[in-house]
Amino acid sequence: MQQLLNGIFIGSIYALFAIGFTLVFGILDRLNLAHPAVFAASAFVGIELVERGGLSLWAALPIVFVFGAVLGLAIERLAFRPLKGRADAHFAGLISSIALAGMFIALLQWRYGPDTRRFPTGSFPDTRFEIAGAQVTLVQVVILAVSLALMVGLTYMVTRTRLGRGMRAVAENPTAARVLGVNVDRVTAITFAISSALGAVAGVLFAINVNTAQLGMGAAIELKGLAVIIVGGMGSLPGALIGGLLLGLAEVFAVQYIGSSWIDVIAFGLLFVILLLRPQGLLGARKVREV
Amino acid sequence: MRTKLSTVAAAGAAALLLASCGSGEGGEDTSASGGLTGEGSGESCTIEGEVPIGAVLSLTGAAASYGESQQRGLELAAAELAENDGVTYDLTIEDDQTDPRQAITLFDEFVNDGASLIIGPTLSNAAIQADPIAQDAGVPVLGISNTAAGVTEIGDYIFRDSLTEQAVIPQTIAAATEQFGLEDVVVMYSNDDAFTESGYEAFSAALEEEGVEVSETITFSKSDTDFRALLTQAQESDPDAIVVSALIEAAVPLVTQARELGIDVPIIGGNGFNNPRLMADAGEAAEGVVVGAAWNSSSDNPENQAFLEAYEAEYDAAPDQFAAQAYTGLKLVDQAVRANCSAERDSIQQALGEIEDVPTVLGEFSIDENRDAEHPAVVQVVENGSFAVLE
Repeated sequence: MQQLLNGIFIGSIYALFAIGFTLVFGILDRLNLAHPAVFAASAFVGIELVERGGLSLWAALPIVFVFGAVLGLAIERLAFRPLKGRADAHFAGLISSIALAGMFIALLQWRYGPDTRRFPTGSFPDTRFEIAGAQVTLVQVVILAVSLALMVGLTYMVTRTRLGRGMRAVAENPTAARVLGVNVDRVTAITFAISSALGAVAGVLFAINVNTAQLGMGAAIELKGLAVIIVGGMGSLPGALIGGLLLGLAEVFAVQYIGSSWIDVIAFGLLFVILLLRPQGLLGARKVREV
Repeated sequence: MRTKLSTVAAAGAAALLLASCGSGEGGEDTSASGGLTGEGSGESCTIEGEVPIGAVLSLTGAAASYGESQQRGLELAAAELAENDGVTYDLTIEDDQTDPRQAITLFDEFVNDGASLIIGPTLSNAAIQADPIAQDAGVPVLGISNTAAGVTEIGDYIFRDSLTEQAVIPQTIAAATEQFGLEDVVVMYSNDDAFTESGYEAFSAALEEEGVEVSETITFSKSDTDFRALLTQAQESDPDAIVVSALIEAAVPLVTQARELGIDVPIIGGNGFNNPRLMADAGEAAEGVVVGAAWNSSSDNPENQAFLEAYEAEYDAAPDQFAAQAYTGLKLVDQAVRANCSAERDSIQQALGEIEDVPTVLGEFSIDENRDAEHPAVVQVVENGSFAVLE
């Protein structure tokens, strides 16, 4: 039971990270590799807000959300927009976002140094519950709730709202979308902002959950995030959630039944099996492009 | 080519002479080696020239927090030694930026500038790469924080005053076994780091020695931060204690999460846990963590009490083990220089090897036949937010 919960909680963090990732990757078809840097940066900024600014965590979270959105706008403006006209815009954007990520991390190191940082003890109530003999902390419940809420909210936004329709139109064909009166640049920028804001919140929650924020924390979760969105189905938000939980559970049960040295082999091996059986991902639809 | 070289050498020598004349304006003759052998012995030893000591520390980069403590310890010791008559030291501290290549460059410089002895470098991996340069040139090196295996094996000019993990861990396990009556434990370690892995090997051997059964061995990566699944697994075998070999980055979340999961047995850590950040960052969760260490900060031996007081007065902060070992290091160098009343490299090398039962901040201190430190370790347990001696 404890292991099941461990898997769900670690999986919900993967999911929260992946949801932001997949929004840009799946919908705009752009791979934003600066996302992990936003994840790390927001954790450090969140810690500074609580530590120096004396804010409560609840007050810091919305500020971090806005901070993430601003970073997202910056990423879109600096790393993606100048290159969008190129024939190789996908790869060029991918490379330039790596470069931007490197700059973000360097700035973080300059500002905060290389040391691991943490939220001051007691900045979050360490309330614990016991569910069927298993220990659960309040922050874990919050993470799960936030992931679910964001997933539902985003799915609604993408499928039902005007902005969401704009996003999908841009994804399908930017030129046609522009002809139909969609402000392509604006829609793209907003998508990046939302995506990064989610990554930022994920970063702060992750740092609280494991009581650690490191410069490399984004890089550590990056590969898992990518695996989750591919297994879940490109651009599918519920798919990202399910993929995240699945990866978390796979890791935990690898520890339980096989051995701690085999976590990555088992977890990623399982993902390969899923992809072999369902190449489009769990909830992904095969894209049919008619000529 | 030959003539050209000698011209360069002559020019260099002239420049050096000029430089030494410039810096020697105080009146003393600091040139050449003649001034490094004096008369008398021990406290009465008088050496005319200034004894050049080089120190290579990591003052910036990843190990900067250690280097800073070491610098303070060295400078405090240097200031105290300056008050004694007879021998004056010219301590030069350089920063290797936590980069072994930079350490090599600095070792080269100190060797060529005629340093009598080199202190450092801060990290073992830098030591393993830089120490051979001093060994080849016959310059004694005193490591003040290197704990990895193989450092003093580089050669007969390499010494250290830092107790190795291999020396500390058996004492830790013995004390913990006696205190808690350990019968079976779970061992956890990060298996992708050379230091934590060698710590794990020392733990295994010590546990076997004490007859404690290891019911499960769990590995993780040094970059891991979520240990809940592993800890739940450890919890299931209901151990008397959890033994962990990890760096401080992993130690803090591991300890925090263990307590969150309701694991309240003692957690026994390796050298990585011996860091005040454990209590600062893990807070209450750190209570009951057992760590072996080279320096007992609360020891009441007179050298230690004097050190604590002087350090507090100078820096308005409490010293850590790195400062204590650095401070001890320079004091041992003084001991070795005065023993033969000579600051020649070979003389220091010979005298360092003969250091035995010297009262220091670290306790009764000897250098053993492998040129490693020998002194009692202390086994500590976290109580009310600070390290207390386990007894």
